[in-house]
Amino acid sequence: MKHLLSIDDLTGDQLHDVLDLASNFADVQAREVRKVPALRGKTIVLAFFEDSTRTRTSFDLAARRLSADVINFSAGSSSLKKGESLRDTIETITAMGVDAIVIRHASSGVPSTIRQWTDAAVVNAGDGWHQHPTQALLDSFTIREHFGSLAGKRIALCGDIVHSRVARSNVAAFSKLGAEVVLIAPRTLLPSNIDGWDATIETDLDAVLPDLDVAYFLRIQKERMAESLIPSEREYRARYGLTTERAAMLSPEALIMHPGPMNRGIEIDPEVADDKRAVVLNQVANGIPVRMAILFSVLGPGQFDEVDSPRASGGQP
Amino acid sequence: MTTTAIIGGRILDQNGERSSDLLVDADSGLIVEIGSGLTGDTTIDATGCVVASGLVDLHAQLRQPGDEAAETIKTASRAAALGGYSAVVAMPTSDPCADNPSVVKDILALAADALCEIVPAGTISVGRAGEELAPLGELADLGVRIFSDVDHCVQNAGFLRRALEYAGSIRTNDSTSIVLAQHGDDENLSLDGVMHEGVWSSRLGLAGVPPEAEELMIMRDVALSRLTGVHIHMQRVSTARSVEIIRAAKHEGLSITAEVTPHHFTLTDEACATYDPSFKVSPPLRTAADVQAIRDGLADGTIDAIVTDHAPHAPDAKERPFDQAPSGSLGLQTSLAVAMTELELPLDELVALFSWRPAQISGLAARHGRTLDAGAPANLAVIDPHHEWTVDGNAFASRATNTLFNGRALTGKVRHTIYEGNVVVHNFEAVR
Repeated sequence: MKHLLSIDDLTGDQLHDVLDLASNFADVQAREVRKVPALRGKTIVLAFFEDSTRTRTSFDLAARRLSADVINFSAGSSSLKKGESLRDTIETITAMGVDAIVIRHASSGVPSTIRQWTDAAVVNAGDGWHQHPTQALLDSFTIREHFGSLAGKRIALCGDIVHSRVARSNVAAFSKLGAEVVLIAPRTLLPSNIDGWDATIETDLDAVLPDLDVAYFLRIQKERMAESLIPSEREYRARYGLTTERAAMLSPEALIMHPGPMNRGIEIDPEVADDKRAVVLNQVANGIPVRMAILFSVLGPGQFDEVDSPRASGGQP
Repeated sequence: MTTTAIIGGRILDQNGERSSDLLVDADSGLIVEIGSGLTGDTTIDATGCVVASGLVDLHAQLRQPGDEAAETIKTASRAAALGGYSAVVAMPTSDPCADNPSVVKDILALAADALCEIVPAGTISVGRAGEELAPLGELADLGVRIFSDVDHCVQNAGFLRRALEYAGSIRTNDSTSIVLAQHGDDENLSLDGVMHEGVWSSRLGLAGVPPEAEELMIMRDVALSRLTGVHIHMQRVSTARSVEIIRAAKHEGLSITAEVTPHHFTLTDEACATYDPSFKVSPPLRTAADVQAIRDGLADGTIDAIVTDHAPHAPDAKERPFDQAPSGSLGLQTSLAVAMTELELPLDELVALFSWRPAQISGLAARHGRTLDAGAPANLAVIDPHHEWTVDGNAFASRATNTLFNGRALTGKVRHTIYEGNVVVHNFEAVR
């Protein structure tokens, strides 16, 4: 794997390989010293053109635990404010000699676009409404960790699908791993045409809940009200939120997931966020080994399927 | 007299096609003689070529004044001549825009030594803001015949009604009418859309523009033309139902004309799949069904003209992310060839779409798009229908290089262009 741009570029087998590698790195995380020298000497730039604390921190930790050198580059403090173009910024970063660019951008398609301006590996850390592939991988990892497999599992994604890169990448990842995916949202928050998506649309959340293995709730942005896509937070919670009443309709074995940050009391009730079925913090924790697996896959000494264990790349932890 | 003999070609005009030589005179700017065995001070070989009236583009952005990094009137006129155009209507998208006489005079002054006639279009409203009527009469006195607010088309129906009624009452000094031209876009529906709304916008995570944003505006404008009895020209029609609405309006006898661009009968929204902003245009590329409907509309006469929608952008502008990049593509040097390659229309119908009808719509029919007779203005395109070439934006005369036809193999090209009796393009090369 040279780049990670979109889940659409990966086969189910490749997804499994990344998750297997992530399992190995997860074992490393359980040790006293959580660092391996797998990417010693490699330089990774975290180019976050759109602010993000959790994803950037997660990539930062993942890179450091692989012993890579990490440079943070964020939009707020950068030359972008001085009007430098995306191309000039990427070419400047590349000229400094970096091995990978982890990029977050508010515009869909940017990770793909910048490949023409750099020879570094490109890892998509979220582009516009398009893709957030490492989120999909850490979500898949979390589900697989819990159930052993995604095959045959019924997973609902509920909320703002149309504006969600998490939804687009998760539909692709979950379906490629054998799950049945259901999208639940008012029409205003659904894409205009999901031909080619391996998912079905349901409008009645209550009817779907009892049969779910995973109930995945997406963050609702305040500006959706201003755009008249939904009338109010209160009405959204009443119709599409995971209230305590709805949580009671879920199977005791089901998982409750959310990519964070959560709007407690809107898409998920405060008590439900702390329900023992909620694995939101597991998702966050799993982000580290999954991102280690991705960085290792694009920068490591060979294909990830040739590497049984991170230790195979040499050195002592 | 300084004459050029154009020999060995076939003349194609409203009276049909026949083998004949032409003798044109640079001093008078007229066709002197049509016949056989003609000789002049210089000779142009048109063997295997078709000699037609020069093309007329109803819709180009020439960027000057305001964005000279993308294009100047001089470079655009060279591109136009190379494309076979003897007249180009410059949309009022310059900055400042042509909403007042001084900008129109500036553009005309900049175009004084151009390789084709540059005809400024005026705005309908001051600053294209849709609030105050631009001085249509004053601009008409300077030769402006087409008025448009272009991509910021008039949203307020009451305002457009008044503009139509006022425009309908203006008498020009050469007894041609002025025409209001509207791009079809209900901005409350298109919002921040950057491509056609459908399968691909959903997949790519890009905000979509539903076809209804165009169709609603065209339906409204048809109704306003009916209300006022005044001609409206529909710009850059892109959807199947838009074609149907215009067809019905014409059938009803309303004074409606319409134009399309080559990319809207050639490419679909799938072209946006790589996020290459070259394929970001306004209105957006639509579906295969829309492409077919536009071809049908061209074949049955619903559509009156093919325009270039020439829209140069400096390279850095088209290197922005897809949603932030400006819309548009170069068109002056590709449009006729794309139509010749893609459309299954006989050449006389293409020349009608590229020259005869746009000349009438733009009030330029005294000088352009005329039958080729002795005494007529010598504005000619000598078309080589068999010339095969490949589009390369870097090789074009425009300052900008952004074309969505890059790499496309085309058949047919203008070999020579004559403007006012002067050879301005000879064997695919501009004289200056």
